[in-house]
Amino acid sequence: MRYLPLTPDDRAEMLAVIGAADIDALFRDVPAAARPADLFDLPLHAGELEVERELAGLAARNRPAGAGPFFCGAGAYRHHVPASVDHLIQRSEFLTSYTPYQPEIAQGTLQVLFEFQTQVAALTGLDVANASMYDGSTACAEAVMMAQRVTRREKAVLSGGLHPHYAATTQTIAHAEGMHILRLPAAIDAEAAVIAAIDAETACVVVQTPNIFGVVTDVGKIAEAAHAAGALLIVVTTEAVSFGLLKPPGAMGADIAVAEGQSIGNALNFGGPYVGLFAVREKLVRQMPGRLCGETVDADGRRGFVLTLSTREQHIRREKATSNICTNSGLCALAFSIHLSLLGGAGLRQLAEVNHARARELKAALAGVAGVEILSPRVFNELAIRVPGDAAALVEAALADGVVAGVPYSRLDPTARLDDVLLLAATETTTSEDIAALTRTLQRNLGR
Amino acid sequence: MSMQNVGRPTRPDTAGLNGAANDLNEAPASLTGARGLLQDEPLIFELGGWTKTGVDLPMDALGLDTDASDLGDLVRAEPIGLPGLSEPEAVRHYVRLSQKNHAIDLALYPLGSCTMKHNPRLNEKMARLAGFADLHPLQPASTTQGALELMDRLAHWLKTLTGMPAVALPPKAGAHGELCGLLTIKAAHEAAGNGDRRRVLVPTSAHGTNPATAAFVGYSVQEIAQTEDGRVDLADLAAKLGPDVAAIMVTNPNTCGLFERDILEISRLTHAAGAYFYCDGANFNAIVGRVRPGDLGVDAMHINLHKTFSTPHGGGGPGAGPVVLSQALAAFAPAPWVTHGPDGLTLTEQAVGDAAQAFGRMSAFHGQMGMFVRAYAYMRSHGADGLRQVAEDAVLNANYIKARLCDVMTPAFPDGPCMHEALFDDAWLEGTGLTTLDFAKAMIDEGFHPMTMYFPLVVHGAMLIEPTETESKRELDRFCDALRALAAAAKAGDAERFKAAPRLAPLRRLDETLAARKPRLTWRPEPTTVAPAPLAAE
Repeated sequence: MRYLPLTPDDRAEMLAVIGAADIDALFRDVPAAARPADLFDLPLHAGELEVERELAGLAARNRPAGAGPFFCGAGAYRHHVPASVDHLIQRSEFLTSYTPYQPEIAQGTLQVLFEFQTQVAALTGLDVANASMYDGSTACAEAVMMAQRVTRREKAVLSGGLHPHYAATTQTIAHAEGMHILRLPAAIDAEAAVIAAIDAETACVVVQTPNIFGVVTDVGKIAEAAHAAGALLIVVTTEAVSFGLLKPPGAMGADIAVAEGQSIGNALNFGGPYVGLFAVREKLVRQMPGRLCGETVDADGRRGFVLTLSTREQHIRREKATSNICTNSGLCALAFSIHLSLLGGAGLRQLAEVNHARARELKAALAGVAGVEILSPRVFNELAIRVPGDAAALVEAALADGVVAGVPYSRLDPTARLDDVLLLAATETTTSEDIAALTRTLQRNLGR
Repeated sequence: MSMQNVGRPTRPDTAGLNGAANDLNEAPASLTGARGLLQDEPLIFELGGWTKTGVDLPMDALGLDTDASDLGDLVRAEPIGLPGLSEPEAVRHYVRLSQKNHAIDLALYPLGSCTMKHNPRLNEKMARLAGFADLHPLQPASTTQGALELMDRLAHWLKTLTGMPAVALPPKAGAHGELCGLLTIKAAHEAAGNGDRRRVLVPTSAHGTNPATAAFVGYSVQEIAQTEDGRVDLADLAAKLGPDVAAIMVTNPNTCGLFERDILEISRLTHAAGAYFYCDGANFNAIVGRVRPGDLGVDAMHINLHKTFSTPHGGGGPGAGPVVLSQALAAFAPAPWVTHGPDGLTLTEQAVGDAAQAFGRMSAFHGQMGMFVRAYAYMRSHGADGLRQVAEDAVLNANYIKARLCDVMTPAFPDGPCMHEALFDDAWLEGTGLTTLDFAKAMIDEGFHPMTMYFPLVVHGAMLIEPTETESKRELDRFCDALRALAAAAKAGDAERFKAAPRLAPLRRLDETLAARKPRLTWRPEPTTVAPAPLAAE
């Protein structure tokens, strides 16, 4: 077996050193009843070639996003990632190292985390970011629970523009911790309903921009209302490229910004692994979940980095920790950070402008399709449309023309009665030909 | 904005480098701050250009009209303030940084409880196939049949290896899996009208995530005592079980590296009290292919795919933490899951209809697909026979280390075999003036990553060594020889070697107190009170 270095002679020699008669002697603490003699009913070992054949066969039964016109967004976005990013994250010293608990021999990872934290703070317009969460949705749930610790209040108001899966994740996790979650009905313009729901019991308000319908939202008024009631404003962003063009959450009054960082540096991966971004105002640092990397000096006075403020964390505080998170998304954060270092602020702006331009092109093309109603007034790179009939059926029909037309809202929330709503995204990977193919198939299918 | 080299000094203090503390380092301090080929690497904020970019967008995209006036005042007004690097600069920056890390690809990485084993490159190649990596989580199921099939096959392997009837794939790491497991248990109790069970019992030796997770879910945590031979104290468990206990959380093999001999009695007592048995599966590597948790009475257990099934740790993640479940809990698993239907495989996304008992949702999508592909490739490569050999070699390697070091260090539990990790205490350091930390830091100078230190908490000055099955006998001997030499030096009174360690690492010991007292968590372009030291040559 190619991954196991010990030879039968090694094993015999080692058993002799140990003083054990055979390998079973080392398993003698396992109750006999739980020591089946036979191998489990699974195939035997396989060579690389066999494994490649099987997995390539499975992969071939999927249609990659890049195989043709593709318009899915809604929390995961197809972007081009420079080849150097994936090469660098496969450096052995990044790929096969553990959490940097021994800082003297983990400065590579630690300096990257420090740079990552600074990048995330700059993108979100906030003071401090952590070293990553699992993804945007779990970061959202953690932010809500953090608001409970800060305000000592139990109620969270979730905007109707929040991604339904983020809302469901937050409901599941924060409710378990004892919070009362008020999830407002799906709404393209959710501002008034959110403000109306804020009261003296409210710990936080969760607003997404661009929201699930792609609408770029001014959260300034919501921030004012939340702060007047003593609540925190949590701003959620599922498309991190939008930070390149849009006013950052921190500049609109957010106390906590959480985001899905997949768009920068990370592949779609059928939903994971992704990387959650989590940033806060400075005064809230000690209530943050997750790892933090800080600058310090070594015994010779040289600059170095360490994991710090760990008295918030589970391995020190156990049941009193701010979160149970341990393993996070280190390598995805590295990919994010490398891609963003290549882009720089100027390149990210340019990339975001191109995304926005493609979305405007898409919007204009869709506006010309009879039967399509544009629902999103002001968009970054995705939008919602209303179609006659069932959007999911339309997506299936478009597949026959080789077009993946987007995400039917009913896929995210079948109870919202928005079965005729379709969400579409365009990025720098979208071409004018893709958009033309989309409009052709929509015209054909809606014309029937 | 001008580039400034600010922050804490990046160059060595020359007096320190030439001083007595470095007499082991025969080479003189360099003039530039580099240590041989190891460069003193600035931060990207000190390297990059504020208007530079290393990404060229396609010409057709650059020809687009980028008018953003439709966004009004919601456009970012100020520059983002992030530097850009050209590709050669970026490649060098990250390669130089990478060289400051230890990694399993460099040497044995004996972190107990972390299972730092070799990460096969085939798995990386497979995860990058476009048919997996370039799939959107919400594209139509008819276009993802192969991916769903892979999830289904992975589930089959996990269920077969654990002897459990169900598995929830969504959790994104071990702690997320613990959360999923306890939420499943909570939902089952609530469905049975037992929502008033408020206590969770956790041994003192447990991972910190166990009590943190139980508290997270709103349970009160009570510790179970440990016997002198490092196992759950059955009498204490029996005394603390009661009608208000929701679950016990027990790691098996436990964090002392020992199999819970009384595991069947532990599960019997737990079930008799109406509680569920949550098993922390962090140490599954010791028994995979040989022992099925389902045969031990486990109701729920997370599996760290990044430990037992070798998906790379990546400097702290991503992981994946699927949770296997007993029949009693299966109906409460969170959405989504793979369902076999008339048109092939689909994802059940919502807790409605037949799935109404599902407790909710763990995250936006259906789990760490990239990790599923790697773990499945790993399982297929090993097969039933190879996985059994994994457990046997992991246990053999740990016992070999224990045998080779037991005369110079003190095993915490000398009697009987250990499982996949060898645990020592610090009794043997008594009189040397040295601590576990000193010893661990001296290991770095000898080319090894330290073992897990001061965990489990139940053993004084704990040193927990987990070699895994992917170490050769030669590497194990090299490691044991190094530790024996260090132990001899410690006992010979060579305290300076340890107190000043590490000397040969990219950095010496870091001032963690300073980092916590005056947290500096982001780079900021303001001058500091500490001026950078001048180059020695100037």
